[in-house]
Amino acid sequence: MLLGRVIGQVVPCVVTPGLEGVPMLLVQPLDKTLKPKGKALVAADATRMAGPGELVSYEGGREAALALDKTFVPVDHAIIAIVDGVSIT
Amino acid sequence: MILGRVIGEIHGTIKHPFYANKKLLVIEKTSPAGAPTGDYLIAADAIGAGADERVLVLDEGNGARQVFDSKDAPVRSVVVGIIDDVVNDGT
Repeated sequence: MLLGRVIGQVVPCVVTPGLEGVPMLLVQPLDKTLKPKGKALVAADATRMAGPGELVSYEGGREAALALDKTFVPVDHAIIAIVDGVSIT
Repeated sequence: MILGRVIGEIHGTIKHPFYANKKLLVIEKTSPAGAPTGDYLIAADAIGAGADERVLVLDEGNGARQVFDSKDAPVRSVVVGIIDDVVNDGT
């Protein structure tokens, strides 16, 4: 998993069956010091509670789809957790 | 599997139910000699690793789900070992 910041929302008008109603958020990947790193990506929101500006943790790959209610769906990134704090020692 | 060092933890109340009672560690990837590569990842803890420990991280979904004895957990990265030493013969 990696850290990301929600920077926006994607509103699809037509989606593949199984993805109806799944929130799609624009996520900016962050490095360990919470600075933006790399290009923004679109992630399905498995928590259904993440909003713009929030720090989240997202999973990539096949495991992303497993976080959703319908697990056999074409999703490659999913928000798994809303992060309250990161303690780096 | 990859070599890393535990540099912190993340906390949150809203998360996927699978992670409800799991510790999520921030792992800095390292070279075999222990030097940070600059990259990091967040992995679930399966063995009780703590801050500043060198660890072995599995970054593959099927193996990770096997560790947690689950068929459908959304988990890919898991800490599976604590490293005492890496002997690098340099060959």
